[in-house]
Amino acid sequence: MNRIGVWLAVAVLTVLVLAALVPGLFTGQDPLAVDSGATLQPPSAAHLLGTDENGRDVFARIVHGTRASLLLGFGAIAVALVFGGLLGLAAGLGNRIVENVIMRLSDVGMAFPELLLALVVITVAGGGTGNAILAIGVANIPSYARLVRAQTLAIRRAGYVEAAYALGLPGPRVILRHVLPNAVKPVLILATIGVGTALVAGSALSFLGLGTPPPEPEWGSMLSTARNFISRAWWYGLFPGLAITLTVISVTVVGRALRLRSEGRTG
Amino acid sequence: MKTLTFIGWRLLAGLGVLWGAATLTFLVVHFTPGDPAEAVVGGEGAAPTPEVLAQVRAEYGLDRPWFEQYVSHLWRIAHGDFGTSYRLHTPVTQAIGEQAAATVELAVAAALTGLFLAVAIALATAGRRRWRGLASVVELVAASTPTFWLGIVLLTVFSFGLRLLPSTGGQGFASLVLPALCLALPIAGVLGHVLREALEEVLEEPFIVSARARGLSDTVVRLRHALRHALTPLVTMTGFWVGALLGGAVVTETLFTRQGIGRLLVSAVNAKDLPLVLGVVLLSALVYVLVNLLVDLLYLVIDPRLKEAA
Repeated sequence: MNRIGVWLAVAVLTVLVLAALVPGLFTGQDPLAVDSGATLQPPSAAHLLGTDENGRDVFARIVHGTRASLLLGFGAIAVALVFGGLLGLAAGLGNRIVENVIMRLSDVGMAFPELLLALVVITVAGGGTGNAILAIGVANIPSYARLVRAQTLAIRRAGYVEAAYALGLPGPRVILRHVLPNAVKPVLILATIGVGTALVAGSALSFLGLGTPPPEPEWGSMLSTARNFISRAWWYGLFPGLAITLTVISVTVVGRALRLRSEGRTG
Repeated sequence: MKTLTFIGWRLLAGLGVLWGAATLTFLVVHFTPGDPAEAVVGGEGAAPTPEVLAQVRAEYGLDRPWFEQYVSHLWRIAHGDFGTSYRLHTPVTQAIGEQAAATVELAVAAALTGLFLAVAIALATAGRRRWRGLASVVELVAASTPTFWLGIVLLTVFSFGLRLLPSTGGQGFASLVLPALCLALPIAGVLGHVLREALEEVLEEPFIVSARARGLSDTVVRLRHALRHALTPLVTMTGFWVGALLGGAVVTETLFTRQGIGRLLVSAVNAKDLPLVLGVVLLSALVYVLVNLLVDLLYLVIDPRLKEAA
């Protein structure tokens, strides 16, 4: 991936984070304002990306939907990182029994496709943005537990950790000061790429009507409604999905660039 | 003999995973808030009499200690009894069985399309500087595109724009094209990327150089010598394959209003029909285990060196 591409991706992500924090910067229109006189209008000067079935501005809804959509991706990975990280650390540092129990549990978890596991959580806990984050997060715990365990094992055998033990430093201190910081970096880099897939999975839940409920703007749930108007309003089905795809591409490009850099290569 | 031991261990590991999966479903049912007996009778609004509830509890063994319930849960699953759907009031296996053919059709069509596209693109572009840049961008876009949006775009263009293909299921082969393509393209993006990197690594190997030195054409070298080696990482990604196909089927079937297990699952989630949801999930774990077993056997065929190692 060349430099320009990486900087473009960084720029897109900056804009997205700004839109999530201060949506008013990009649009003055109200994402919830219904206008029954202007339903399903094609893109125009008044409505840059057209309007939806209630006459709401599609651009405004995409901008205001950034927060919920990004929250789905980042939130889910945060959940997976915290719980998967703790389990992975325990497996990597604990005795054989602890390690075996955690790893066999993760084997079981890996046998379920991510979306299906998330649907079980939704069945039990119900829909909504918070539960969608929880569901996708839980579904990702097994793979992050494995990742962190592998990292921990590699670092545990590294010379500087053995040296720290040899110097007589107490175990918890070695873990906190030496193992954890070194295990975190590569995991965080892979998690960056994970944010993209989690965002797609989260908006898939919204698309199925199980994530963010309408009328709150969110990209997946916008597409869920847009599906009923494909024959009459191409803009409605096109732009929210473009936002998702662009976000995922940017996150992936930045993640890959970070990984290459940490491996001492430049793409 | 060694091969047999290897297969034996694999079988045991697969059974272990299935046991874990069955246990997990038991825990989910057990710790879900609400009275399972009420759910069996027909949800919150049904207002059953205490006698009916007691009868259901006795019938389903809900009044027995948890350990007995757990053992009978495992026993029933081992015999292919996944319980009764709360909503449809039919056995879960029957409900799934009625929808299975449609989903298998879609998944197989998508898997073949995805594999074909990935192999074709990787073979054509690996190690060719001018093309690989373009191919890697296409792969990135394909892998980043959510299935449900890709489907909407395909529908907009081919069903409503050009009016070439039907927008919903149930019209024979023509109505399979768009859903299969929609499910296949993101998979092809990921697989193509992996395959191309593997091919490029293989093409640097000494045996490729010697094959070229014997005067074999580039196409023959790629097809006959490099491809077989490069396929190994694809086989390793079975988990991704199965997950992408099953998860993608849920979305694709909903989008194209096709019959199938995926749509059955979505309506079950909406109705909080726990036995049906868990039945589908258990089934997917079974598919995963079986496919992995098949892959392990396939490894022995693809890479005979493993026979000695195993």
